[in-house]
Amino acid sequence: MRNVWTICRRELYSYFVSPVAWVLLALYAVLSGAFATAISSGFVQQTAMSQMRGASTPMSINEMVIAPLFGNIAVIGLLLIPLISMRLFAEEKRQGTIELLVTSPIHDLEIVVGKWLAALLMYSALLAVLAVDISFLFIYSTPDWKPVLTGYFGLLLEGGTLLAFGAFISTMTKNQIVAGAVGFALGLLLWILDWWTSLGDTPTIRVISYLSIVSHMESFSRGVIDSKDLIYYLSMIFLGLFLTTRSLESLRWRA
Amino acid sequence: MIQVTGLSKKYANYVAVDNISFSVDKGDIVGFLGPNGAGKTTTMRVITGFMPPTAGKVTVGGFDVFEQPMEVKKRIGYLPEAPPLYPEMRVCDYLTFVARLKGIPNAEIPDRVVQVMKKCSVADVSTKLISKLSKGYRQRVGLAQAIVHNPDVLVLDEPTSGLDPKQIIETRDLIKGLSGEHTIILSTHILPEVEAICKKVIIISKGKLVKTDSVENLKNRAVFTIELNTAGGADAAAVRQKLEQVASVSKVLDHATNGERLAFDIEGLSGSDVRPDVARTVVQAGWNLLEMKSSTTLEEVFLELTNTDQAAAETAGVGVQQ
Repeated sequence: MRNVWTICRRELYSYFVSPVAWVLLALYAVLSGAFATAISSGFVQQTAMSQMRGASTPMSINEMVIAPLFGNIAVIGLLLIPLISMRLFAEEKRQGTIELLVTSPIHDLEIVVGKWLAALLMYSALLAVLAVDISFLFIYSTPDWKPVLTGYFGLLLEGGTLLAFGAFISTMTKNQIVAGAVGFALGLLLWILDWWTSLGDTPTIRVISYLSIVSHMESFSRGVIDSKDLIYYLSMIFLGLFLTTRSLESLRWRA
Repeated sequence: MIQVTGLSKKYANYVAVDNISFSVDKGDIVGFLGPNGAGKTTTMRVITGFMPPTAGKVTVGGFDVFEQPMEVKKRIGYLPEAPPLYPEMRVCDYLTFVARLKGIPNAEIPDRVVQVMKKCSVADVSTKLISKLSKGYRQRVGLAQAIVHNPDVLVLDEPTSGLDPKQIIETRDLIKGLSGEHTIILSTHILPEVEAICKKVIIISKGKLVKTDSVENLKNRAVFTIELNTAGGADAAAVRQKLEQVASVSKVLDHATNGERLAFDIEGLSGSDVRPDVARTVVQAGWNLLEMKSSTTLEEVFLELTNTDQAAAETAGVGVQQ
């Protein structure tokens, strides 16, 4: 555990001492702010219209703003998360510091988990920016806070999954750009897979939609923790970290 | 301390290290010598547990590198050819990180870090970013990193490459200073370095072990030149014959005449200094000994050993027996 924390701390240090963290935070603030603004303005317009029509029940801010916001944030995650994970191992390989890690009395799994945890904490810092946007909803309205928590939980799980696979991609190259591009392409592909789910209900499509990372977010952003989705994310994280560890091990045989 | 038996390492279709065996005793400083691409780095990477061997066995302090890697890694400090530094970190933060990584208890870390910074003379840059350091400082931080956990064994891959002459001397002195407490293997292709630091040399070439011997022996093996004049007493052939009869001389290689002066290149038997015997013989014969000098440095021995495949094949057998 101490080793995991040692690796994790150093990785966070590097994120925040380099421009990486700050650029990502700034990008994220702009993007999530733009989405939050667009969605809540849309909501305000629709409410005004429904009031004019004299609808009896008020529209739910949770369903109309927070759920779609989380949905969009999950998609931004697909595109931004490769930027967090691309350096994890590629940079160590390029700098030669991987030799230090691998020849230290520490297990490969500890290296992998430490790095993944640091990336996840970095991603949490991004999600904290999102909290600023959401806090405005709480100032001007009274949304239910439980779906916000489950939504956050879902975003963390989605992020954890993508970061685990991003770390795996990062072990395979010395070049951060390559790791980032492959991760980016994977993110886009997973997003597109999500579109396919609307194409029908054949067994193939059901399998594809089960694999789609974004579609498992939906229940979380509606305030439901579905064990099916939870198991999906946890097993994907496990698979990603397992692949990363094996790939790190195999570096020695190939190096 | 380090025992390497029948070590081989094959890459896809290229044999980097071919059946090498040697051992290093506790407290030795051993120079690992060979031309570029000879397999030095590969061998060191196997010893440090960075990569597994294709065949063979390596033990460090009695622990098998492949079977008990954690035990071995605790006991080894490793400086790869490119020092494994994080440019965005400050020197003291970096060393603290490495100390934690090597499993030093938290309470001891600050003291250890201050100690190694002093030992490697990097204390004056302790709060500087590594990216701002000169090459010499980086190399010393790399060295500090390798000794921060006070390992039994130090493996240094070309510790002086890329440094300026002053830094090279400083680094060598630093390594020599470490020799008391640690068993050190250092690789290099610079011969004076071996002469300056090491007690023992392991020469490899094209992945094969060429020779293991002490630096002294290798130097003694060297050819030297004598110049003499016989005051008209004997001709070159006679002198040559006489010199060849000296018990410890293995070969009289060549001679040149320059008027009265005769010059001979003489090779002694391995492991013994033949110069006293030769001098005595010359004087007893009533000739005038004018000059006697080592014409070959370790460099020439090295070239001789590594250049020809035949020589390599011949001497590899000798090396393995040792």
